[in-house]
Amino acid sequence: MELVIAIVIGVLTSCGVLLVLRAHTFAVVLGLTLLSYAVNLFIFASGGLTAGKGAVLGQTDIYADPLPQALVLTAIVIGFAMTAFLVILAIRARAELGNDHVDGDSGSRQHPDKESRL
Amino acid sequence: MQHAVIFPILLPLLTAALLLLPPLQASLTKRRWLSGLGLFLLLLSALFGLWQSGAGVQTFYLLGNWPAPFGIVLLQDKVSALFVLLSTVLACCCWLYSVAGEDERGAYFQPLLQFLLMGIHGAFLTADLFNLFVFFEVLLISSYGLLLHGGGKGRTKAALHYVLLNLLGSAVFLLALALLYAMLGSLNMQDMAQRISQLGPQQALIVKAAAGLLLVVFGLKAAILPLHFWLPAAYANASPAVAAMFAVMTKVGVYCVLRVFGSLFASNAGELAGFGQDLLWFAGLATMVLAAIGVIAAQNLKKLVAYLVLVSVGSLIAVLSLGSTAAIAAMLYYSLHSTLMAGALFLLADLIAAQRGTVQDRLVSGRPLQQAWLLGVLFFIAALAVVGMPPLSGFVAKIWLLQAATESQHRIALWSVLLLCSLMVLIAVSRAGSTLFWRVNQQQVSGNRAQPVQWSAVVLLLACSPLLVVFGNPVMQFCLEAAMQLQLLPNVRATGGL
Repeated sequence: MELVIAIVIGVLTSCGVLLVLRAHTFAVVLGLTLLSYAVNLFIFASGGLTAGKGAVLGQTDIYADPLPQALVLTAIVIGFAMTAFLVILAIRARAELGNDHVDGDSGSRQHPDKESRL
Repeated sequence: MQHAVIFPILLPLLTAALLLLPPLQASLTKRRWLSGLGLFLLLLSALFGLWQSGAGVQTFYLLGNWPAPFGIVLLQDKVSALFVLLSTVLACCCWLYSVAGEDERGAYFQPLLQFLLMGIHGAFLTADLFNLFVFFEVLLISSYGLLLHGGGKGRTKAALHYVLLNLLGSAVFLLALALLYAMLGSLNMQDMAQRISQLGPQQALIVKAAAGLLLVVFGLKAAILPLHFWLPAAYANASPAVAAMFAVMTKVGVYCVLRVFGSLFASNAGELAGFGQDLLWFAGLATMVLAAIGVIAAQNLKKLVAYLVLVSVGSLIAVLSLGSTAAIAAMLYYSLHSTLMAGALFLLADLIAAQRGTVQDRLVSGRPLQQAWLLGVLFFIAALAVVGMPPLSGFVAKIWLLQAATESQHRIALWSVLLLCSLMVLIAVSRAGSTLFWRVNQQQVSGNRAQPVQWSAVVLLLACSPLLVVFGNPVMQFCLEAAMQLQLLPNVRATGGL
């Protein structure tokens, strides 16, 4: 299970980093979302990976570490709020600056073949 | 008054929540008064906190009365009380400036200012690393809103970069926290400090990786050299009261570096003792040099002030990395001075720009200012303070920074860089001042006169500078005791002081 989780986190992180390095806001938003998924999984795994342990006191004799679960819940909520804000900001930037380039300039339009990949 | 510790967080939260209620939404005047009242109460509670911590007691506040390493703990000691007071004073002056009409340009200026204060004070007071992350997010999301306040192309562009960078920073912060929790099993700073000293070499390596990630995050917030690119654009484009308030935000980053690297990874941290100090030292020096070049090269006054903020961050980080008690005390004093002066200069830059017609705050010859005497004298005082000329606080602060390094092996490097940067700042500021006030053309004066509340906000901030000199001895004593308290922290915990 450790290996699967590690691979999943690694793939999510690398995809996220790749997308964040793109020059267009939509790709960057997607990249940040993937990155936050990876981070959430990582926090979840930080308490140790165990199967079949209870999270509620009094139900079983062995417990999973409840703190990372609480942390990841907080992180998910905050991440949602921030992503929502970022999407609105990206739409506003698209409207005000006339394009969705992160630097707000249309210089990249000179390479339509590069742009069409995303 | 056992609950007084949490007042600096609760008061802004309550004020902001009240400000959002419908009866107040309708009336701008009522919102301004309520916000002002909230700030006044906050100032009282910050002063009370300072007085309480002045007796030398560290107050631990257990939220929900959960026992210490399990629940969230707030810690009020001299350093946190000092920074809470600093941000409150700055916020009061920003509020005073904004009621002249700036808060009309967006619906939510006052509530956002209060939420920002809540986040800042939470970050100062918390003794739990995950809680620090949460308060970071509170202050960040309000700062996103404030940065966009007033709207416009430049602001949207700067805000997009600022938001993206900080979201990435948050992801990195969470990674570091998860690593630390996995290795140490605790996120309470006092508890962590104790556990770090007992780590084996294998685990210490992973904790080092986490500490490196934390350094990146705090470096981003504080705008240390390779992570500083967002700052000049964001601060120069923000509306004036917001930019002035942001002057304390880089100090939040510096404060976290101080807490985590000056206390958690301090001398008794076993294998991790002194981690990051060399890196901070070189990054601090490089930030200072680059920012001083930026000050000279700046094309307009707001950008110049933004680079001045960076100069102060560089000197704070470089001196902090020396690690001695005297150095940290000097750094605390300098951060008081530099925050207040940067705030005053941001407000002043806006007053000047409003009277120069189309050239705004660009450093080219323009029409004569309507209130050339008033603004000129204020600018002169601010410039003297920020350059570090006697008799103002900049002089005392810089002398103390230089003196703190006398016993360090790095003193030659620090002295030469700090003095050289001061010289560059002196040249740039005097050139800016003579361009703005003396190189005027024959056009008619026009533009908005600075309203009394606006220039009195600047005067209040500037008045802190001579006050810091007149009451220099008690302030310095306080800074020294605060630095000592900070470095003794793990020992207090070890003897069961919690």
